Amino acid sequence: MSWHTLALLVAACTPFLTAVAVFLLGEHRGTLRTATGLAGAAATAAAAVACAGSALISAPGEYAEVGFGLLEIGFVLRSDPLGVVFAVVAGCLWLVTTVYATGYMSRSSDRARFFGFFSICVGSAIGLALSANLLTFFVFYETLTLATYPLVVHSGTPAALKGGRTYLNYALPAGAALAVGVIWLHMIAGPVEFVAGGSLPSSLVQTHAGSLTAIFALLMLGLGVKAALFPLHGWLPAAMVAPAPVSALLHAVAVVKAGVFGIARVVLEVYGPLGRDLGLIPLLAAVAAFTIIFGSVRALAQDDFKKRLAYSTVSQLSYIVLGVAIGGPLAAAAAIAHLAHHAAMKITMFFTAGAVAEEVKVYRISELDGLGRRMPLTMGAFSLAAIGIVGVPPIAGFATKWLLGMGSIEAGQAWVVAVLGLSSVLNAAYFFPIIGRAWFRGPKSEWASEHGTKRVEGDLRMVAPLVLTALVGLAMGVLAGAALSPASWAQMVAFLEFGG
Amino acid sequence: MPLSEWVGAQLPALVILVPLTAAPVAFLGVRLGRPVALVSALMSQPLAIALALEVAREGVLRYEIGGWGAPLGIDFVVDGLAATMILVTSVIGLLITVYASGYFTDQDRYRFFWPLWLFLWASLHALFLSGDAFNLYVCLELVSMSAVALVALTARREALVAAMRYMLAAILGSLFYLLGVALLYAAFGSLDMATLRGAIRPDVTGQAAFALMTVGLLLKTALFPLHFWLPPAHANAPSPVSAALSALVVKGSFYILIRLWIDVGSPSVAPGTAHLLGVLGSVAIVWGSIQALRQERLKMLVAYSTVAQIGYLFLLFPLVRAGGVAAADAWTGGVFHAVSHALAKSAMFLAAGTVLARLGHDRIEGVGGLSRRAPLTAMAFGLAGVTMMGLPPSGGFVAKWQMISASVLSGEWWWAVVIVAGGLLAAGYVFRVIGRFLGREEAGDREADTGRSPRTMEWTALALALGALVLGVAGQPLLDLIPIGAPALVAGIGVTP
Repeated sequence: MSWHTLALLVAACTPFLTAVAVFLLGEHRGTLRTATGLAGAAATAAAAVACAGSALISAPGEYAEVGFGLLEIGFVLRSDPLGVVFAVVAGCLWLVTTVYATGYMSRSSDRARFFGFFSICVGSAIGLALSANLLTFFVFYETLTLATYPLVVHSGTPAALKGGRTYLNYALPAGAALAVGVIWLHMIAGPVEFVAGGSLPSSLVQTHAGSLTAIFALLMLGLGVKAALFPLHGWLPAAMVAPAPVSALLHAVAVVKAGVFGIARVVLEVYGPLGRDLGLIPLLAAVAAFTIIFGSVRALAQDDFKKRLAYSTVSQLSYIVLGVAIGGPLAAAAAIAHLAHHAAMKITMFFTAGAVAEEVKVYRISELDGLGRRMPLTMGAFSLAAIGIVGVPPIAGFATKWLLGMGSIEAGQAWVVAVLGLSSVLNAAYFFPIIGRAWFRGPKSEWASEHGTKRVEGDLRMVAPLVLTALVGLAMGVLAGAALSPASWAQMVAFLEFGG
Repeated sequence: MPLSEWVGAQLPALVILVPLTAAPVAFLGVRLGRPVALVSALMSQPLAIALALEVAREGVLRYEIGGWGAPLGIDFVVDGLAATMILVTSVIGLLITVYASGYFTDQDRYRFFWPLWLFLWASLHALFLSGDAFNLYVCLELVSMSAVALVALTARREALVAAMRYMLAAILGSLFYLLGVALLYAAFGSLDMATLRGAIRPDVTGQAAFALMTVGLLLKTALFPLHFWLPPAHANAPSPVSAALSALVVKGSFYILIRLWIDVGSPSVAPGTAHLLGVLGSVAIVWGSIQALRQERLKMLVAYSTVAQIGYLFLLFPLVRAGGVAAADAWTGGVFHAVSHALAKSAMFLAAGTVLARLGHDRIEGVGGLSRRAPLTAMAFGLAGVTMMGLPPSGGFVAKWQMISASVLSGEWWWAVVIVAGGLLAAGYVFRVIGRFLGREEAGDREADTGRSPRTMEWTALALALGALVLGVAGQPLLDLIPIGAPALVAGIGVTP
């Protein structure tokens, strides 16, 4: 076995093995369990990076593969350039989140259950990132759906159970739609592999135009729920009852990006030019553009800290969908880069929301007044991430918006620039008040009397990760032009998709 | 002849003889039951595995008892389907036996469990191997009678009432079946399935015989609306028995039904009847799931889930009529569903049994927070639920994939709608329980918990649930085994486009 396949196996299997070990160690062997979790996450992150290395040095079409037979299609994993982007993001942020969660959950109960299912979720996200065909993708996609449920309802309160039910009411029918779509596509096109530039033969347009359109709708319905496309986004704000590490890694990165990543796979690597020939892509772009504005407008109205972030996620995810749907190499590059850019910035913000909730018991934006002086590093990291998402250079969000704007002009769809402009104004409108309250107002809220105004950051295990991810977000923007940055990598992938 | 070769040649007889010999031995002494059953269960494993490997390698096996051969003697026929069912029965049987050894603490009171259970096991193996309509009747009768006795084992009032109802249904079913067999013999002069295949004609006698046998078997398989006896019987039996009934016993009569319809009777089957069975199956899926959603007791919920899951098996009948690849997919999918359901449902009943043993009751509203106190049991129930919902990674998913494929290929897409809807309904009742497990404890729940759940009980349930899960990813060997020697109608071309 070469190191290429070894890396692939380690990246996909370690999270699941970690989960088993964590479950078996149980509630009481806390130190050993934490050590296992960290070791598993570190090994996974390293293996994911190794997969990226493998994808980089392999010639197109000769990427490392491992798998076995299942239903005449095969259960196959592969390190290709698009998949490893998501795998590296999920794997590395898992390591950071594990550290954070160790601090955040230090006084919580049912930690073995929490960390076990958390590992399964990450493993599913990495598995679906590295899936070589739709069947394998779907297996991991549904595993992710199911493994997230115990995390959403973790606290066991009636509110949590209600959030969990809402989540299932969206996710399970979506899974059913996806299943039917996948099986139907398999019936008319045979085993559906992911191939750069699209894998469906163009002759199918003549024979099966109607079926292909219906299948596309089913697939988008199934993937759109996790991607929180309007009107399928309702579960995401409801799922904010989950503990902060879940909101941070799963509901800003792994779960939601599984949806947009799936859309990218289907649009770029299954349908390819067929999507345009069938007239499906402009419709998807329109839905994405609407979701961008809609999410931002809804975010404005939220006072609950995590819910505002959730609506911001709804909006930001559609940047990725829009980039994929514009149908040009630069726009696709923007989409793929934003997968990483948004991950780093939004996870920072959710880490912050969790740290603030733990340290001073503040859950509402109207209570954030003066918190910048109480927790300067935490709020500093938040502010950096927030202005990054708004699109202020040189932070990562700017790189996305620049590429997306250029890409849409290149593809002759300049209207997208207007959407970007409006969205940036709205981003600023819902994030700047938070920054303003934290730094430019005096502490007059209740937290000050209960928790004091002296500068105390809180648990280092929570502060260090969020500072780190904020700096990563900054670095992704500053070094966007450097080799191997997410933006450069994304352009490489996009060239493969669109044939240079 | 060396021993290994002799064992190899006698495999079909040995898989029956081991539990059949163990049963009377277990009857001899109070202390003998448990060890004898465990030895027999362990011995069955290599035999069943060797048999499956043999069929996978060599194809269909014929075994003539005493060397006489049909039509004079009795033949055993081991094709992929029979080997699969024996393998599944053996694996589940072992885990149920281990579970039961922890479950029945009062050895004196439950001493008859062991011989009855071993006898049931032997009869099931004999049923799967029989290639003759009358032998099948005898085996079916033996299975039913030991199953009825097992339901009545606790001698509690509701168990006795349920056992009585079960017995009446079983006897009625047997009578119908036997009448059909008699008609067949009168008309065609043979009871050997292979001979009948060539001889049977779609005339009045043939059709009447088929109708009678079918009704009898439907009653035993508890297809809606003939399911009335199943929920009380399965829910009030001791949990290891519930698991065996739902996982294996109902599959016994279903097994005869598909042999009869798809192997023997394909020419004489009216198309409308196959569709009727499909429609009844669809109604069973919806009705059983809705009833499961409304139950207040955990074991009743699981039992109604069986009513629903049996419905999927009957979609096989209309789907195989399309022939070709669709029929091949439907056949493997249907049998694979029977296998996955057997593993997952036994896991669910065993998990429910652990809940009952700990709390002294199985009211769903009283299981709050149990995932904290009995995490393995909650996990077993949840993982088994994945198969019930038909979501990946689980054997239920692979089965549904094939059945949905078959319905899309044959153009009868409405069956796919039923399958998908059934999965969502199953999610409803599964998550109703999971939500409770993960939720808060009500006042008094913790005090009611005796904490008595031996490791053997928790782990066996989990092992079965994991087995159902593993089938969803690594089920290909079984998918290859099932079609070996399949009836001509469903032999297909084997390759999907």
